[in-house]
Amino acid sequence: MILGRSCKQVAALLIAREDRALPVVDRVALRLHLMACKACPVFERQLLTMKSALKTWRNYREDESL
Amino acid sequence: MTDFPDFQTQLASHHSYLLRFARMQLRNDAWAEDAVSETMVAALSKPQAFENKSQLKTWLVGILKHKVIDQLRSRQREVVLDADADSDGSEELDALMFKADGHFNAQPSDWGNPEQDLRSKQFFAILEACVDKLPVALGRVFLMREWLELSTEDICKEMNLSSTNLYVQLHRARLRLRECLELNWFGSTGSNKVAT
Repeated sequence: MILGRSCKQVAALLIAREDRALPVVDRVALRLHLMACKACPVFERQLLTMKSALKTWRNYREDESL
Repeated sequence: MTDFPDFQTQLASHHSYLLRFARMQLRNDAWAEDAVSETMVAALSKPQAFENKSQLKTWLVGILKHKVIDQLRSRQREVVLDADADSDGSEELDALMFKADGHFNAQPSDWGNPEQDLRSKQFFAILEACVDKLPVALGRVFLMREWLELSTEDICKEMNLSSTNLYVQLHRARLRLRECLELNWFGSTGSNKVAT
């Protein structure tokens, strides 16, 4: 099926999304998979945590000797 | 007017901080020393540029990033030389995470509420250790993206990489970082967190 994606493929798309815009078909496939899957939304939240961690890390505060 | 000897002392107090970031990004002590020295020279040559700014460290880091990019640019060939050296390990990581049919081997773990982690110094020490553990070339392109905040187009142009090659490297770096954080922070049974 054109919109069918395995968890492995979805994980790759979720990671790729950090660095490039995904084609529409991938975005739709991603959404469909995330609605139906239990594991991938957890993986997605891990990546979001990483993203905000990296953001906090590079925007260290002046008063912190991080 | 900035008192000059005092300004020098203030600059010196940030030296080791700047060096840490330069080393993390460049993965080469000599290049890092150069970048930090050039930062200090630039700062000393235009102390008036710092007038009215309260955030000396932020100003210095801004200069350092430019000097680090200069280093990367002039060492371009060496920077990405070993980019393909670690392809095997990444295949293993994929195999560890996923079954042959593309399902997760084990359900990803719930990392909980990150707010608490993001207030912890120890968490960021682990994050930096995990970035340091990335293979050299991977670590460099990853931090070009996440610390220097360069666009993928700019990284490709500066480092003369194809976008496909860059995406593959960033993918590997992010997977490894996730794995390292999982093992050393989130996956631990809270022993780390209790200590903070």
